[in-house]
Amino acid sequence: MLGFRTDSRAKVPSVPTGGLRAWASRISVARRLSRGITYLLLILLGFTFAVPFLWQVTTSVKSIQQVYRFPPELIPNPVVFRNYPDAMMMLPFGIFFLNTAKVVVVVVIGQVLSCSLAAFAFSRLRWKARDTLFAIMLSTMMLPGQVTLIPQFILFRKLDWINTLLPISIPFVFAAPYGTFLIRQFFATISLDIDDAARVDGASRFRTYWQILLPMSKPVLAAVATFAFNYAYNDFLNPLIYINSKEKFTLPLGLSAFQDRAAWGGMRWDLLMAATTVVMIPALLVFVFAQRYLIQGVVFSGVKG
Amino acid sequence: MTAQALRSGKRREIRDELTGWLFAAPWTVGFLIFTALPMLASAAISVMDWNFISTPKFVGLANWQKALADDPLVLQSLRVTTLFAMTSVPLQAVFSLFIALLLNQPIRGLRFFRTVFYLPSVVSGVALAMLYRWLLSPDMGLINYALAQIGIDGPAWLLDPDWALPALVLTTLWGIGGMIIIYLAALQGVPTELYEAAEVDGARAWDKLRAITIPMISPAVFFQVTMGLIAAFQQFVSAQVLTQGGPNNATLFSVLYLYRVAFQQFRMGFAAAIAWLLFFFILAVTAILFKLGGVWVYYEGMME
Repeated sequence: MLGFRTDSRAKVPSVPTGGLRAWASRISVARRLSRGITYLLLILLGFTFAVPFLWQVTTSVKSIQQVYRFPPELIPNPVVFRNYPDAMMMLPFGIFFLNTAKVVVVVVIGQVLSCSLAAFAFSRLRWKARDTLFAIMLSTMMLPGQVTLIPQFILFRKLDWINTLLPISIPFVFAAPYGTFLIRQFFATISLDIDDAARVDGASRFRTYWQILLPMSKPVLAAVATFAFNYAYNDFLNPLIYINSKEKFTLPLGLSAFQDRAAWGGMRWDLLMAATTVVMIPALLVFVFAQRYLIQGVVFSGVKG
Repeated sequence: MTAQALRSGKRREIRDELTGWLFAAPWTVGFLIFTALPMLASAAISVMDWNFISTPKFVGLANWQKALADDPLVLQSLRVTTLFAMTSVPLQAVFSLFIALLLNQPIRGLRFFRTVFYLPSVVSGVALAMLYRWLLSPDMGLINYALAQIGIDGPAWLLDPDWALPALVLTTLWGIGGMIIIYLAALQGVPTELYEAAEVDGARAWDKLRAITIPMISPAVFFQVTMGLIAAFQQFVSAQVLTQGGPNNATLFSVLYLYRVAFQQFRMGFAAAIAWLLFFFILAVTAILFKLGGVWVYYEGMME
């Protein structure tokens, strides 16, 4: 794979009987060498991917004097846990968290339901406009959202939704193309005989969707839920536009405001890293919880085109 | 067929059509309200002069002329954004393919490594930007500390007009976890018989990569590059949080400038024109990519 010569040229069909062992050991030495280099590279690269996180966490339990100490201490002495309550006290993070939770719950449930309903229409039902609409939906995946930004803002201003959580949650309840596509691809792997059998038994289309297909599609639904979570949890541009009072801030807005606060009179890296760690933890927990499904989901979307 | 059967067949057809529209409504309704109509409205706003408070005034193509020719910052933002997209996306594609190739061998701890590489992609947005800020800090940051260890005096990164954009490109390399996983899936779809046949013919590892692996996974490469470019052209968070477009407008991404014009200066017509300009720009780049893609993407089962 890697461009190391594993010497498989050594004429496979006509192996000299006497040299078989020598030939085999030559291959295994080359293989082992290439395997060793692979591990070395993976460990080095993995290290560069992981170190920033570790450094963030150690910084978050240092005093500001320790932060400025060179060379940096890997495990700070003493460990300063006070940064965490101190950071959380500087801004009302509890309220930010609550706001984010509200948005995330609405968006995740909305996405899973709306995407799976639309996916059902695009895969299990036969109707005339289906393929045209599906093509339109796929092409909107390439559409940058900025063109719609200003009219949306005007719309939400008319509705008097500015400085509420509505404009950052309601538009994201409607099926997103990516999630719909993902679930449709999954539905396509389930035999249509199941629908026919359900129909013979007198089940309505909705019951087929709700009681048969949804329970069979848990992995992809979990993947869509995780993507929706990540989007809603990390969204910054929309809250920045629509929300202007602290009681309505989401976590990303709060963290951004915290950065400005922590910069007063010299950057308090210790507190900033503590706050950052706190904000990262829910995303990490969701990832750990949904990892298996997430990777399956990405696999579906990436390969089965 | 009796007239009655014909009628009931017709009725079922209508019902099927209705069911389809009904199930698809969670997408179509959202599409109309939040995409289609706003796009029309946005086109209308782009020919008006309007600051929210005043009554909109029709000004013809004045906003477009400003966006295309008169405002140097529009051009600067397009330049910065293009430079960012054209450097970060190829780098991401190459690095993620390299790591995916490493992981696609029979190794122990695949799940562990996969998790490590995916981790930064899980936490995105502002939290990650805070961490980048800390890593790239000129005197305190880990990157300059590491460089100092090997005798290099690191630049001021985000504070240096020449290094701010490269620094932001560098940070995107950290978020290639999703790409790695898609490549891994694509690699696992390459039939092993092809490699076996090539080995019989005496192909080396490099030959196999060039003649089998890359062509076979080219649809995945194409997908990733396209999506990556579209995302790169819409970069916003890192510039807003880390550099505020500076220093000296070196990281003034188009969306950042759009945000300022629309929501800080309230020049709605001008902002709409910029948005459309950016839209056409991305459309053109994507179209070129598709044109090129036809040449080098290999689709199995497609007739010559």
